[in-house]
Amino acid sequence: MTHKTLAALLAATALSTPAIAADMTVVSWGGAYQTSQQKAYADPYMEMHPDVSIIWDESSNDATAKLRAMDEAGNVTWDVVDVEGPDAVRLCDEGLAMEIDVDAQLAPGDDGSTATADFGDSLISECFIPQIVFSTTFGYRTDVEAWGGNTPSDLCAVFDLDTFPGKRALQKSPKKNLEWALLCDGVEKDDLYDVLESDGGIERALAKLDTIKDETVWWSAGAETPQLLADGEVVIGSTYNGRLFSVIEEQHQPVAMLWDYQVFDFDGWIIPANLPAEREAAALEFVKFATDTQRLADQAAYISYGPARASSQPLVGKHAELGIEMAPHMPTNPENAKRYLVNNLDWWADNQDDAEAKFQAWLVK
Amino acid sequence: MSAPIEEPGEVLAADGTPLKRSLARALRVQKLRALMLIAPLLIFILVTFILPVADMLYRSVENQIVSETLPKTVVALESWDADSGEAPDEAVFAALAADLQIAAEQKIHTKLGTRLNYENPGMASLFRKSGRQVKKWDLETDGPFKEQFVDVDEDWADPEVWQTIKTYAPKITAGYYLNSVDMKLGADGVEVRPESERIYLTLFGRTLFMSFVITASCIVLGYPVAWLLANLPMKTSNLLMILVLLPFWTSLLVRTSAWKILLQQQGVINDILVWIGLVADDNRLVMINNQLGTIIAMTHILLPFMILPMYSVMQSIQPTYLRAAKSLGATNWTAFWRVYFPQSVPGIGAGSILVFILAIGYYITPALVGGTSGTFISNRIAFHISISLNWGLAAALGGILLAVVLIFYYAYDKIVGIDNVKLG
Repeated sequence: MTHKTLAALLAATALSTPAIAADMTVVSWGGAYQTSQQKAYADPYMEMHPDVSIIWDESSNDATAKLRAMDEAGNVTWDVVDVEGPDAVRLCDEGLAMEIDVDAQLAPGDDGSTATADFGDSLISECFIPQIVFSTTFGYRTDVEAWGGNTPSDLCAVFDLDTFPGKRALQKSPKKNLEWALLCDGVEKDDLYDVLESDGGIERALAKLDTIKDETVWWSAGAETPQLLADGEVVIGSTYNGRLFSVIEEQHQPVAMLWDYQVFDFDGWIIPANLPAEREAAALEFVKFATDTQRLADQAAYISYGPARASSQPLVGKHAELGIEMAPHMPTNPENAKRYLVNNLDWWADNQDDAEAKFQAWLVK
Repeated sequence: MSAPIEEPGEVLAADGTPLKRSLARALRVQKLRALMLIAPLLIFILVTFILPVADMLYRSVENQIVSETLPKTVVALESWDADSGEAPDEAVFAALAADLQIAAEQKIHTKLGTRLNYENPGMASLFRKSGRQVKKWDLETDGPFKEQFVDVDEDWADPEVWQTIKTYAPKITAGYYLNSVDMKLGADGVEVRPESERIYLTLFGRTLFMSFVITASCIVLGYPVAWLLANLPMKTSNLLMILVLLPFWTSLLVRTSAWKILLQQQGVINDILVWIGLVADDNRLVMINNQLGTIIAMTHILLPFMILPMYSVMQSIQPTYLRAAKSLGATNWTAFWRVYFPQSVPGIGAGSILVFILAIGYYITPALVGGTSGTFISNRIAFHISISLNWGLAAALGGILLAVVLIFYYAYDKIVGIDNVKLG
């Protein structure tokens, strides 16, 4: 390479720096979920702001660890990060996420409500900008001969190997499984965490899980259960409701939803702490747009997760490609949410490590 | 009757400097040049390997966060008797109020809560909650603080909370290492964890056991293949070599997923067995999500690392030795066992070390096909790195794994001799 071309290249890099400043790195989960965000938020945003270009990074799965490593290295390259509620709490605790003044920095509801009132319960941490409500729930195969025509109607069918024999798929994590086990061991919903926290509470839940341990396949990625159900490897399994929607409505597999005692969770954005002022302002502008009433409702046209704003609910329409009404497929639909749990973030933030240790020790036994 | 030796005066070089010094200078230049030549590699290894390992080892004992976040409290706690069964007195609480106020201002109190929560569940919310309140207090006028703290959360009256803070006050802790061997730092020194929480020793044992089984299966399966590769005519052996290398070049995830499809209960192998009537349809074999699945998949994935060193050693064994042995009357077996096999041992040695060390740190394949009984210690390390963010514990587990590998390497050197290992 001659010196001339080298110099030209250097000059070109220098010239292109202003353009780099307008790049925004948005971290998400990949797959259908990221596509829904792209179509509902990013594409319209880039149309309005031609100078901004959004770069996607599919790292949400280990965002907490990566963000911590970036922070230690003093070089945070992300601008907006999509994380689940518990991760947001953790990142906020670690001082890795920026605190948000909800009413000042996010859009008010289209129906005139303040942002705080509109988001309501989904504001689970000072750093969290809520986006969707999703739930972890069960799906079962509708063609199991051994069930003799019975179909599961409540959660405890999962623990009933006599009526519903076959393999189960459960998440390889104590969260949700311990709650479900206790519910089917006769504990009332309101007493769940008192029992779990008492001496021998976790052990009691594990003893209940023990009854189906030999018949359980443990998953760690949300895509596993749909695959296992489709292959007939398991007859009933837990996963995120959007995954089951896609198995049932898009791939037309003989699978049905069991909404009983679905566990609600929130997913949303955080902005890394201590970003340079310019990038922070750009990130805030993007999340303000991406979490306004209309945008959250738009996302539901691409994926069956409920918008985190109350004011978005009436605007949820039809699926963009399948043309089916989305409201009945939302976890928040009253028909689906007769009995439910909400992920108890405070309890899990304190007891995750303890429960995890006991759960893992039980698993390897 | 020897001639008297002349007392040697100082030998001088052509330019008059003493030869010794002149030689030393020339050598020094040469050494420097050699050093410059290897400098890129040296720096590369230092930056990408030695420093990270050192950083990991440091993290596994580092524990400055408590004394940095609560400096006054730690000092005040020194005079508190941990066995008294009572919470400390007002002086400690006043120090805590002062420390927490600064910490809450800098938003680092929750970080400390997370750290202490690893040792005592409940500390995370205790610090989060208290930090929020303490910010509003006026240190000069609002005392005494003990009751106010207990009002915020009654856990502050629990001596166990204070024991945890006191136990983890030192800047260096053995806590992470103790956790990694199913023990913990209690108030009265080292304790064994209750049985329902013991996990790591089991996992270390299983990781070692399964790595041995995988290495042994690789030897058994790889040896005949390597022998064929080395002894068949070039045309056939090239084809065979491609069959060995093709999977080697295929993505790890693709190969693991392929095993999933083959081995699962509704998978190809079970379907065939059911079809030919060897296995009943309602009694299909469980070959995945357990140890068997991990061993099968990992043996397949690591096999090339065994075959290739074996092959290169076997290729250098002269066929004439075997012919000579046979012409001297040895049977086929004797000739193989007494003449051929001993010469191929260095290849087995090299392959075994490669496979064993790779196997012991594997985590993607066990995570995908291991279920609960086939996971390795590295899966727990990955968990603590990316999910629980307990990097200290992850570092301690990694440190132990590193020590185990070094011990095995040392033992191997003593028993087999590392000079006997040939990679080609």
